[in-house]
Amino acid sequence: MWYYAARRVLMSIPIALGVSVICYALVLLAPGDPIQSLLPPDASPEDIVYLKKLYGFDKPIPIQYLLWLQRALSGDLGISLQTNRPVIVEVFSALSNTFVISVGAVLLAFTLAFILGTLAAYHLGKPTDRAVTAAAVVGVSIPNYWLGIVLVIIFAVKLGVLPATGMGSQGSAHFSIFEWAQLKYAVLPILTMALVPLGIIMRTTRSAVAEVLNNDFVQMLRAKGLGPLAILRHAVRNALPQVLTVMGLQLGYLVGGSILVETIFTWPGTGFLMSKAILTRDVPLLQGSILVLAMTFVTINLVVDLLQTAVDPRIKRA
Amino acid sequence: MTDVNALLADFAEKEASPPVRGYWSSVANRLRYDYVTLFFLAVILLIVLISVFAPLLAPFDPTKSSMAYRMKPVGFRNFVLGTDELGRDMLSRLLWGGRTSLLMGLVPVALATFIGGILGVLAGFLGGWVNTAIMRTMDIFYAFPSVLLAVAISGTLGGGTKNGMVALTLVFIPSLCRVAESATTQVRGLDFVEAARASGASTLSIVQHHILGNVLGPVFIFASSLISVSILLGSGLSFLGLGVEPPTPDWGLMLSTLRSAIYVQPLVCALPGVAIFITSLSFNLVSDGLRQAMDVKA
Repeated sequence: MWYYAARRVLMSIPIALGVSVICYALVLLAPGDPIQSLLPPDASPEDIVYLKKLYGFDKPIPIQYLLWLQRALSGDLGISLQTNRPVIVEVFSALSNTFVISVGAVLLAFTLAFILGTLAAYHLGKPTDRAVTAAAVVGVSIPNYWLGIVLVIIFAVKLGVLPATGMGSQGSAHFSIFEWAQLKYAVLPILTMALVPLGIIMRTTRSAVAEVLNNDFVQMLRAKGLGPLAILRHAVRNALPQVLTVMGLQLGYLVGGSILVETIFTWPGTGFLMSKAILTRDVPLLQGSILVLAMTFVTINLVVDLLQTAVDPRIKRA
Repeated sequence: MTDVNALLADFAEKEASPPVRGYWSSVANRLRYDYVTLFFLAVILLIVLISVFAPLLAPFDPTKSSMAYRMKPVGFRNFVLGTDELGRDMLSRLLWGGRTSLLMGLVPVALATFIGGILGVLAGFLGGWVNTAIMRTMDIFYAFPSVLLAVAISGTLGGGTKNGMVALTLVFIPSLCRVAESATTQVRGLDFVEAARASGASTLSIVQHHILGNVLGPVFIFASSLISVSILLGSGLSFLGLGVEPPTPDWGLMLSTLRSAIYVQPLVCALPGVAIFITSLSFNLVSDGLRQAMDVKA
């Protein structure tokens, strides 16, 4: 298993390099002179010369990339055009906020989806199953940016029980999930975000548990006279690793794809940071956020893969 | 005598061979009793027809604004579904908006199916270093969550319908390529391909006659499940200001511009989302139904 783990870690290095190439290429893709997109419009000629040298724009592109990579590895992702703060600081302070709602959403989705999915699998083909399957399709078909608006209309405009946007007066530095005054700002974003993983995890749980229940040993358990709960305990234990993998992947998708939900709720995470960067054409900030988010996604995938091997004794990878 | 013989022969024939259904006719037969899929197929047809005939159906000009009639509720005078923040008729804008949303759903998936399919069949059939080169490149694009990749590409290219479509196409190519590659690799090792090669068939004709028939099914089913994703992502891009540009009516863009008015007319503001939801739900359910009818494993 250790051999597999080492190999899996090594395998993600070329992927991470490829990701960095794409992130670098994004600046070249941007219309116009890259210097223009890196500088504020009122930059002085000295600034332009300085930046050209700093980025090495006088050298061939592969060399430029290597220089950029070297700086990126040492944690220098450039300076945000809007705030003049280092991009890496901006991105990492936003990343923790994104994790708060993403982890919250995945945990909520998993808890609900696992119970409902198991119920559906036990009552395969019955009304319960139909209802759960229908709910799962609705979950993946609803535009979550719209659901966010509807939730705001219901809970903030009509009922006035939850705040519509933002993160509270304290801001992200003092955010705590243990204080309701702070937590209430995260409720609607978490609910909105949980919908897609809810649908997907429900589907996975349903098919995984149904597959286990189809096994001969379940017949045997029934013959032994075990009740439904005891049978389900066996089924759930066997289906859990597969469901946990999907849950881990969903966490990765949420962290990387938080831009829509965060834009609706002006939740100060990486997605909101990106949408600000797009609106103000802050290319260094956009590039840095994309790089960090993609690397986070690669890391989450790696961890999920390794955990699955560790948790599931049936997987013996050489 | 001949009469009896003919009858006998006819009888024997009926006895020997029960009606055999071809693949497609059994798929059609399964679909005929799948009322959910049929219903949502009809919904899709309706949406397509509405989009095509939007100029005839829309009661007002979708881009004509009027300061006097801003943010009117549903059912105000002639405005059946109210008006938006610039006093434009919501019903007309919703009817017209289907055009861009459908384009955003169908064009990127079609392009990605074509490009990804060719790359996948090439990788699967040729194997070796070609496979490694193509598939490892795809792995890199796989390392981006789809929303992030779409936003990254259209964010740097700048907004606009065309750039949005390019971004979505690039997002879908890797997964379609994977489906095509794994289907091709499976078929390539089967005996009938070996037999075809032994009897002197050229590479092109093997691909054309033996590979494609087995690869197209899974690829099309997978592509059909991407249409709903593409509609949601495309509207999402417009919502972020990265897709369709104003004043073109588009459901995602309408949601975004109406967002500031949720305190005034919440119902009107929620309408474009309902349109997106119905469209994406219909495509999802029809794709599921087709998958079942065609008996393709996901």
